[in-house]
Amino acid sequence: MTARRLPVIALGAGLLFGAGLAISGMHDPAKVLGFLDIAAIASGGWDPSLAFVMAGGLAVTLPAFWYARRRVVPFAAPAFQAPAATAIDRRLMLGALVFGVGWGLVGYCPGPALAALAFGATGAILFALAMMAGMILEGVVEDHVEKAVP
Amino acid sequence: MSASFTPVSALIGGLMIGASAAILWLALGRIAGVSGILGRALHGAEGSERIWRILFLIGLPIGAGVAVLLGLADAPTAPPAQLGLAVAGGLLVGFGTRLGSGCTSGHGICGLARLSPRSLAATAIFMAAGMASVFALRHVIGG
Repeated sequence: MTARRLPVIALGAGLLFGAGLAISGMHDPAKVLGFLDIAAIASGGWDPSLAFVMAGGLAVTLPAFWYARRRVVPFAAPAFQAPAATAIDRRLMLGALVFGVGWGLVGYCPGPALAALAFGATGAILFALAMMAGMILEGVVEDHVEKAVP
Repeated sequence: MSASFTPVSALIGGLMIGASAAILWLALGRIAGVSGILGRALHGAEGSERIWRILFLIGLPIGAGVAVLLGLADAPTAPPAQLGLAVAGGLLVGFGTRLGSGCTSGHGICGLARLSPRSLAATAIFMAAGMASVFALRHVIGG
């Protein structure tokens, strides 16, 4: 049952997420950079749209995750797979810092970078390929570190 | 305020992104974090664990493309086609999101909704770093 529903739900959720990214304008790096450019607040050119996207998202996820706490298992899977880590450690902070710097360089975070592939811009394709390479590189580095420090 | 400010469509799109994350959590018990889903699809996940991730990821460009085709969204402007910038940005985003265990969706939309202090810290840091990066590029180097 679950095994059959899993791919359908995952694809449906991806389609909805991608459409939401486009409708919110977050598939457009210029719009994201328009939010991150806080120096434009003074000149009147700041675009706060991204904050509204976050607010709209949280307006659904806050009650949804709150409701999920009252359930033992999800509707179509054997268990909730919550992230295990809780510590605000150096790894988290360094990773968020590196991610943020890269985000500001082009205006893509991972979701919009993949959504933008639909429009075929050279810069978007290069970015997505480099992003995947960066992810694989991090995984390889981590495997080596784990083996070196048992 | 910028003329490009679009509060209504931003809110509607945000609600859809939130609904997608709510479906993944309530139905499948999975966090809708794009970097985690992509990272594990590329490195680590196998079999059906890889397949559902790939299907979710394929949905992103298709959903965005269909929204534009139906006239629900504008076609995006292209990012700068400078090779160095695109590659540097992509590498940093890919490496950083995996090291920091999440991105705008995983920490920002799901982690904050889970009231995770870890995700709040990550979101504050990548927002601040993104703003600093744009400031440096537009007003220090490019200024």
